[in-house]
Order: sequence, then structure tokens, then C-alpha cells
Amino acid sequence: MNDIAIRVESLGKLYRLGTAPERYKTLRDTIVNGVNTSIRNLRRGFAVSAASPENSTIWALREVSFEVTQGKVMGIVGRNGAGKSTLLKILSRVTEPTEGVAEIHGRVGSLLEVGTGFHPELTGRENIYLNGAILGMKRIEIDRKFDEIVDFSEVEQFIDTPVKRYSSGMYLRLAFAVAAHLEPEILVVDEVLAVGDAEFQRKCLGKMSDVAQTGRTVLFVSHNMSAVLRLTEETIVLDKGHLVYRAPTQQAVDYYMASGFSAAGERIWSSTEVPTDAAPFYPMALRLKNNQGRVADTLHSTEPFSIEIEYRLERPITGLRVGIYLLTMRGEYVFTSFDLDNPDQFEKTGVRQAGHYVSRCVVPANTLNEGHYILAVNASSFRIKRYFWDDHCLAFSVDATGAPGKHWPEPRLGAVRPALEWVIERI
Amino acid sequence: MSANQQSKAQPEVTYLRPTHGLAALNLRDLWVYHELVYFLTWRDILVRYKQTVLGAAWAVIQPVVQVLVFTFIFSNAAGLSSEGVPYPIFNFSALLPWGLFSKAMNDAGRSLVTNRNMITKIYFPRLTIPVSSVLAGLVDFGIAFFVYVLLILYYTLSPGSTYSFKFTPALFALPLVIFLALIATLGVSLWLSAMNVIYRDVGHILPFLTQVWFFVTPIVYSASVVSQKWQIAYALNPLTGVVEGFRWCLLGIHSLPWQLLVISSLVAVILLVSGLVYFRNMERSFSDEI
Repeated sequence: MNDIAIRVESLGKLYRLGTAPERYKTLRDTIVNGVNTSIRNLRRGFAVSAASPENSTIWALREVSFEVTQGKVMGIVGRNGAGKSTLLKILSRVTEPTEGVAEIHGRVGSLLEVGTGFHPELTGRENIYLNGAILGMKRIEIDRKFDEIVDFSEVEQFIDTPVKRYSSGMYLRLAFAVAAHLEPEILVVDEVLAVGDAEFQRKCLGKMSDVAQTGRTVLFVSHNMSAVLRLTEETIVLDKGHLVYRAPTQQAVDYYMASGFSAAGERIWSSTEVPTDAAPFYPMALRLKNNQGRVADTLHSTEPFSIEIEYRLERPITGLRVGIYLLTMRGEYVFTSFDLDNPDQFEKTGVRQAGHYVSRCVVPANTLNEGHYILAVNASSFRIKRYFWDDHCLAFSVDATGAPGKHWPEPRLGAVRPALEWVIERI
Repeated sequence: MSANQQSKAQPEVTYLRPTHGLAALNLRDLWVYHELVYFLTWRDILVRYKQTVLGAAWAVIQPVVQVLVFTFIFSNAAGLSSEGVPYPIFNFSALLPWGLFSKAMNDAGRSLVTNRNMITKIYFPRLTIPVSSVLAGLVDFGIAFFVYVLLILYYTLSPGSTYSFKFTPALFALPLVIFLALIATLGVSLWLSAMNVIYRDVGHILPFLTQVWFFVTPIVYSASVVSQKWQIAYALNPLTGVVEGFRWCLLGIHSLPWQLLVISSLVAVILLVSGLVYFRNMERSFSDEI
């Protein structure tokens, strides 16, 4: 049982800025960018551009080394941009490392991308075969597991219906069922807990522990510390592409929480993190402050708290509005608010001059229910340009101690928890 | 069960490391995933005519309408020679490989970008995508071929027709010519699909490339109208050899255009091999660039 499942040595991944996912170039850009760049771009297939200037590249992962023995459940934690996804992408062979080597013993399956390759026009049955093949299953293997997959997905009546007519829950269940039956030697799980309903999440976790019990290896990436604590024995902490800590999970989670990697109520942007097309808007920090004015990542439902966005404008911007979105961990919007929501103030402001600013707002007491939330930032001029957008800046928790109805120890449904004035009348 | 346990005891080891220079072509990987090629081809075929009223009839209607239009314009109006064969047959015999080529080139050229969500999320040999796009074109080719046979029967059997189908041993070479068509198609498709990942200009070039290519290939006219001294240059278009090969097999009207065929085959093979090398080299950055 002491065999190695994954061995990673000095693994590194260099991304060129501007060629990160979601960008692509046209021949014209290449030509306009001058002969040097175009030669480099055209030669990309033949040489790794190690000589390119430091400021246009970023190491998403650097000098990462670790080993995982077979049958181990390993947690991976780190802030957004710490390199977790890059690591998983390399291990699942989606992308190639720039340096170092990873040794993988066996087939890697991932629960991070359930439903990849599903075609909406095809029926459930057809998609099971297609998706199975994409995930690397042999046809006989799919034949053998077909009934089991259908059972697990609970969509038997609709198995010959195109999946575009499925509800999103059915779609997800079917997709997960296929991925869960791949039976890889190494299973990679990334934030599945963020999607689907409670029942589905329970099922995912159940499947994961089943996998672990059959002696296979699991890599579990999550922001949900309680899930990491419950499911993994050992955890590694990534920060800015480096492996900074490796220990039994309890210790690693304590380290992670204490070292402020969890953003601890604050998100600071370094100059390299801001996309170049955000100019002239430069976000500097997003902070959550509790009623005492201290930066905090756990807030009390019964007290007001404030949200601060600090930023710099290189040039004046007309009609700029800076604001936040508040989302639940499942990605549902709770509310949106901009610093110029007041129409009179908006009329008066017009152009915002270059300079260093803070936009601050107070969220009144008794707004949020207990739970975990995410803050997103948006800086834009309406219908003109979105300068900056980060949909996952900061995660925080709300504690509902003392909130209305707390004398009943039951979880309350919903993201908001207003203190409403009730009147009981006898008629 | 024992096989299962053995695989647990001795799982396959994969080494992931940066590849430099000319990456190994690693066609073995394509073989390991040959079932995926099959499933992707099957998906492309299934999806193509879903939610259409006429369904697979489109594969019949398209070539038939094309032949009718070309016959009207180029035979009736422009009076182009068709080497003594009824113009519709002359034209259709070239539209068969052209249809295969142009459809596959357009589908495969865009295929990687269309399937970007798969490419950025899971590993599988990327070659399976353009290869299955090309193979999916074979089904339409088969249907069009069936229509061609009906056309031959019609011309041979209808009373008063002066045309009768001439059987020559050349007909047995047809699979080879189809194979040549596939090689040329795949070569061009690999180049275009890999380039499209980095330069989306390919999407804009495709319709216009298709049109130009159509007219430099002897489809509506006969290759004999090109003067003798240009024949060599003319054969550099691999489709010239393919189309002339098809006419040689199906019409039995002239002798083996071996010079054309040799040059076109060479060009097709060069396209395929260079396309494979280019594709493999670009492949490592697909998921980052797409």
C-alpha cells in the first residue's frame, strides 16, 4: 500500500499574460505588434519562449514538489490564483508543465468538469456513451456499467430524451453519474460542492469516500474547510504558485487560516494581478470591516458591517461606477450595489478625476443569514466599458448568533435574515 | 477480476513533462483512443440532422441541386466541354470528392474551437477531433455516391440516351483514390484546425478559401483546358489529382493521369505529414491559447 500514486518534482507553469485563457489573437494583431513579436508567436510551436521579458509572463506554479501514496485522500487549499487549478490541469494532462515532471500511476479521473462533452441535442443514452468515451472508458466498460449509471442518475424515464430538455438538476446528476463510474486510480475533485443541491452534494461526498475506501487516491480541492477537514488526512497549502505547507489536514488548515491566505476579510491586488485592459482603473484592495472598524472575515448578522473598495484612477473616467455583487457560495446573487446608485449624486459627479479613492458602504444589521458568501467587484461606465471585474474577490462568513429566531436551533432557509416586526392580532 | 486486480497492482505510469522541439507524433495515443474517434464521428453525424424537417435528405438535396445549377450555368450557358460524357455525370463525378473535401475542411477547420470546452477541461488526444470531423464527412459522401449511381442508371437506362456506363478495370482503383482524397483532406484540415486555435482569422478565410479552391480544381470544367506547360503547377493542388483520379475511375474516358496523380499524391502526403507535425507542436499550447 506504500506505492506512489503521484510524484511531482519541481513542477512549474509559465503563462504569458494576455494569452491566458479567454484570449485569442488575430493575424492582424500579430502583424501590428511588430516583427519581433510576430516571429515569436509564429515560432511558438517550436520554442518555449523562455527569453520573453519577465513582466509579460507569470508563473502560475513554481517549484512544486510532493508525493502522494496510493489510497490517500489529499486536500489542496489556497486562495484564488494560488495555482490549485493549474496544478490539477497539469495532473489531468489538460495542459503541459513548463518545467519539472509529474509522474502519474494510473488513470486520472476528474469530478471537476462533469458533463464535459455533453451534447444538448443527444439523448441521455447517447451522451452516456459519448461522455464515457471522452473520459477514456472503453465501449464494453460503458455497456457493463450502463444500468448502474442510469440508476445512480435517477433519470431512467428520460434516458431517450435529448438532454437539452432536462432540468439542470437532472443534467448534473447524469453527468456526475458517468464521471463517478469511471473508476480511475486517481480521482481529482475540484469544488463540486459549489454546485448542485444539498442532496447532490451529499451524493458527491459519499461517492468520494467510497472511492477512497477502495484504496484509490483522491485529490480534493476546496474552499470549504469543513469539507477538507472531514474528508482528507493530509493537506497541502499553495500560495502564489508555491507549495508553502504540507501537514496533516488539521494542522494545514490552521496554518492556512492563520496566515491570512484565506483573504481574512481583505483582498489586495498586486500590480501583476490586474489585467492590462482594466486601465485606467486600478483596484488596490477590497476590505470587509466589522462594527468595530476592524478587518474581519466573520461578521455578525446582528451588527452592521462595511465594505471598502480602494482604487486608483490613472486618468479621469466619465460616468464611472464602482460596486459590488454579493453572492452565496453556490453562486446565487443576493444583491448588487454601486457607489453612484443615488441618482442625484450620479448627476453631480460626472467625471471622476484621476487619483486615489475609497468607495465605502455600510450593510445594515440584520441583512444576511448565517452562511458563507462571496464578494465580487465591478468597475464600469454604464453601456460604455467594463474596466474591471472580479467575480470571486473575497469569501466571508456570517454568524447569526442572537439573530431573530435563533432560539430555535434549526437552519433558516434563504440568504437574507431581516428582523421583521410581527404583529399578532386576534380577530 | 484478476485482470482488474492486476491493473490495480501495476497501473500504467505516465510522465508529464515539458516537451521541446519536434514532439513525437505519438500516433499510438490515437489508437488507444480509437473508440473516441468512433464516438465523436457518430456524434457529428447524429447531431448534424437533428431537429431538421428533411433530416438526412439534405445529403441528397445538396449535391443534386448543385449539379442542376452547374449544368445550367456551365454546360447550357457557358458551353464548357465535358469530354463526351453528359455534363451532369461529368460534373457529379468531381463533386463527389469535392463535397467530401470542402465539407470536411470547413467542419474540421472549426472543430477544435467548437469543442473548446472539452479541450480546456479534459485530456484526450486532440487529433481525435479533426479526424472525426473528416470521417463524419464520409457518410455524406456515401449518400452522394448512391445518388451518383442512380444518375448513371438513369442515363444508361432511359430510352434515347446516347450514354452508357463504360466498365473499365480502373473502377477497382476507386478505394485508392478515395484514400488519396482523405489524405489530402486530413492534411489541410490539420493545418487549418491548429491554426484556428491561435489565429481566428481562419474562420474568416474558410468560406473564401473554399470558393477559390473550387474554381482552381477541375470540377465544372475539364483539366484538359489547362495548357500542357501548366499541368505540373496545376497538379500541385492535390484536389486536381483527386478529381482527375475520380473521373478516371468512374467515367473510364481517358487513360490514367499518372503524372497528375503522382504529383498530387506527393503534395497530399507532404500536407498530411507536415500537418501532423504542426498540429502536434501546437497541441501543447491548445488549452492555454484556445
